[in-house]
Amino acid sequence: MIGAMGRILLRDLRISMRQGSDIVVVVMFFVITVALFPFGVGPESNILARIAAGVVWVCAMLATLLSLDRMFLNDYEDGSLEQLALSPLPLFAVVLAKAAAHWLVTGLPLILAAPVLATLLNMAPEGYLTLFFVMLLGTPTLSLVGAIGASLTLGARRAGVLVSVLVLPLYIPVLIFAVGAIDAASMSLTARPHLLFLGAMLAGALPLAPWASAAAIRQALN
Amino acid sequence: MPNSGTQSFTGEDLLCIRGERAVFAGLEFAVASGDALILSGPNGSGKSSLLRVMAGLLMPARGLLRRDGQPVTDDPEAHHTSLHYVGHLDAVKPVLSVAENLEFWAALKGDASHVASALETFDLQGLSDMSARLLSSGQRRRLNLARIAANPAPLWLLDEPAVGLDTASAAALTELIAAHRAQGGIAIVSTHTDLGINDAETLQLDDFALAAAA
Repeated sequence: MIGAMGRILLRDLRISMRQGSDIVVVVMFFVITVALFPFGVGPESNILARIAAGVVWVCAMLATLLSLDRMFLNDYEDGSLEQLALSPLPLFAVVLAKAAAHWLVTGLPLILAAPVLATLLNMAPEGYLTLFFVMLLGTPTLSLVGAIGASLTLGARRAGVLVSVLVLPLYIPVLIFAVGAIDAASMSLTARPHLLFLGAMLAGALPLAPWASAAAIRQALN
Repeated sequence: MPNSGTQSFTGEDLLCIRGERAVFAGLEFAVASGDALILSGPNGSGKSSLLRVMAGLLMPARGLLRRDGQPVTDDPEAHHTSLHYVGHLDAVKPVLSVAENLEFWAALKGDASHVASALETFDLQGLSDMSARLLSSGQRRRLNLARIAANPAPLWLLDEPAVGLDTASAAALTELIAAHRAQGGIAIVSTHTDLGINDAETLQLDDFALAAAA
């Protein structure tokens, strides 16, 4: 079963790499939306430093959202998804493999871009290490929860808009604890409780999101 | 013997509802090892729906499918492993090459060692390194059909497999189905054209539409 999940993961990665623009567009979107804030709020470094964590996270979420539609939609439209549903692998494992591939091509680039953008916003130097860990714990949850939204909107008109409305509210807990952790670290307090909550959310999403998403896909294929 | 898995495949009292309308009701069928069943009927009579029900993609509103007497819902993964379903969509990724496309599906079913011979069956060996984006619709269809030649599975569910095929490929498909049945496999095919499948039973789907209306 692990071998078959690996095959799906590698296939999705290969497809994303050949359509390299997908990855670049997500990172560019992240960079540009963050870069808008100094223009909108003004270049006062103490104000930017205060909002840096929140801005980076909200923009990372929007960038993730932008890439959610390609998690299942292409496979749904060209018939691959029904063949995947008929593979020896349980649908649950198919979703898990596809969410992992999604994280590798969106979450990981966002993690790498985040410290650079935090510099742009003059984030407190104490927050950087925490920012890295928070992104590492939080972005997989975004991909997993996003998988639910992406599969629920299969076959719907204007799925991209619908997925935002469905998924963004579910991202709020991640946002609260992620920003809380970075703020705590910036003020030289312990970020541990926030990180534990993020870890707990990931641990919860890991079994529950693929299960919910698999049920939604079965419904979409019905 | 790869195809010795299934001796019989039966459906009892199947009811399929699409939207608000019963497409067919009280549908029964029984096929055994080596049999072929042709689904026929006008457009909208539920041929594709029945094949999707058989594959387990669509849940029947009522009724039961059994393989060797066991309801398929007892072990859906085992049912999926031992069937090939070819639907209207070709499941071909344009950014992958022809061989990569087939290798992925074959490996997912557990064995990618017959990819080359499967491509040859549908005369695609010369195109194996080509990007699938460049395939014509008939060639895409052949690539989709090559999946069934790449892995043995006792039950084949083919939805209009000959659509878009040239005569040579249609003949190759007929031959493939004959060889599959000779090995004890079951083929269930919906078609409007005569594929030349020998001594096949025919299931007329409009018969069951009447039962649904009554």
